[in-house]
Amino acid sequence: MSAPAMVDIKAVHKSFGSLEVLRGIDLEVRAGEVTVVLGPSGSGKSTLLRTINHLEKVDSGSVSVDGTLVGYRRSGDKLYELREREILKQRTHIGFVFQNFNLFPHLTVLDNITEAPVSALRRPRKDVTATARALLERVGLVDKADAYPRQLSGGQQQRVAIARALALEPKLLLFDEPTSALDPELVGEVLDVIKDLAHQGTTMIVVTHEIGFAREVADTVVFMDDGRIVEQGPPAEVLDRPHHARTKSFLSKVL
Amino acid sequence: MSSGTLDTLAASAAAPSGGPHPPDPDVPRIVPRRPVGQWAAAAVVLLLLALAVRSVVRNDAFRWDVVADYFLTDAVLRGLGLTLWLTGVVMVLGFALGTLLATMRLSANPVLRGVSSGYVWLFRSMPVLVQLLFWFNIGALYPTILGVRTVQLLGPAAIAVIGLTLHEAAYAAEVVRAGILSVEKGQLEAAQSLGLGPWRRLCRIVLPQAMRAIVPPAGNMLIGTLKGTSIVSVIAVNDLLYSVQLVYHRTYQVIPMLLVATLWYVAVTSVLGVGQHFVERHYARGTAGAR
Repeated sequence: MSAPAMVDIKAVHKSFGSLEVLRGIDLEVRAGEVTVVLGPSGSGKSTLLRTINHLEKVDSGSVSVDGTLVGYRRSGDKLYELREREILKQRTHIGFVFQNFNLFPHLTVLDNITEAPVSALRRPRKDVTATARALLERVGLVDKADAYPRQLSGGQQQRVAIARALALEPKLLLFDEPTSALDPELVGEVLDVIKDLAHQGTTMIVVTHEIGFAREVADTVVFMDDGRIVEQGPPAEVLDRPHHARTKSFLSKVL
Repeated sequence: MSSGTLDTLAASAAAPSGGPHPPDPDVPRIVPRRPVGQWAAAAVVLLLLALAVRSVVRNDAFRWDVVADYFLTDAVLRGLGLTLWLTGVVMVLGFALGTLLATMRLSANPVLRGVSSGYVWLFRSMPVLVQLLFWFNIGALYPTILGVRTVQLLGPAAIAVIGLTLHEAAYAAEVVRAGILSVEKGQLEAAQSLGLGPWRRLCRIVLPQAMRAIVPPAGNMLIGTLKGTSIVSVIAVNDLLYSVQLVYHRTYQVIPMLLVATLWYVAVTSVLGVGQHFVERHYARGTAGAR
């Protein structure tokens, strides 16, 4: 069966100055699937992820989420950039989890989670607070609601960041190396939360270096190198029987 | 921090049960060096201080009785009131304009950036005294503004507010800009990815974090402004300094009246220093107890 594409990336190019970091990316992610993006640093994986919620503007090509162009409006053969208010609205449907958590240090854990639903979606604070507590329960941190982020361990902060992204009830979750800034013994607790979300059918794209996680959770593994997608397919294929020499050499270094 | 205190308590509680180490004749006891130099330096400084205090107390020319007589007179208190009012208004307007200039300076729009840097360049280059005299004589350039005679429209107090605010804003702009730049870029990205609008991002996410870097220099500026307002006495605005000057022009008690003004400036500055401590503590929330 072929589910409709939740994310549809077509011929995306992006340069920073003279450095071309995305050299024509095409990628489809179906609803309910987990896509893990692997690749050496500098291969463009994070930039690709950031184009999906328009944190990074593309130079050419297009990104659609759930059938809607992100950041642009099509008229004839041209794409016109949307106004900021419309882009912000689109972003509320796309959760983003950062490598460095980027929790707001001056707000309590609870206020971190309720900020966006209250101010961006204009939901009543009472409902949002109840939802936020339920989300904290889900990531196992309900007793930390009134703590400030810096009083938490890295793993706990990242779990709060995931709860914060979930509070907007996004259609899609993007993870940018969610465990790379963590001490090794804290990686597991964060991956467990992400696995849990995957089993509940959340659509997500995860940029990571955790090969074990990819093998266990991914429906599709995408290997990127030098701004291109070199290889993609089910984990058993890409991780165990890679066709491309560059995939083989990367995997031999990280496994 | 709290766990550290607990550890210390636990250690001191545990020590008696273990008992002190029995003195070991083979291990020599440690005797700290005596800080003779420090004692000598302290003695010299204390002696000089005592001499200074003695000369102040024993010199009748200070006329502390006159200081006491005038310290709480209506004229002085009215002058103090005007100084406080002027300081408050100038700080609020200066920082409002300064924040606007800082956001212009950090915007993507090159025209706004240019105008903001030009403003800061011009008003930082101009001595505030020159500026006050300039505004005081603005009537020569524009005899009427909107049909009203400039001299009637802009009294000395209005000129003091305008001149000091424009000066203050140039410095406030740099303080606020440095504060905003001190906030991590990831904070703004997180706010954008959550769909927060530009105004919300500035007021709820960026400025509260920037305040930690803004408050200490702003406290300095507040104290500087409090004392700096004394410059308006040259355009006959009835502030604290001008009101004591009015008295000593009549009584010739110059030194005691200047002491009255000085004591008030010192008192207010001290209170502001205490206030700054609490404001800093407020904006440091979330940073204590960091792991």
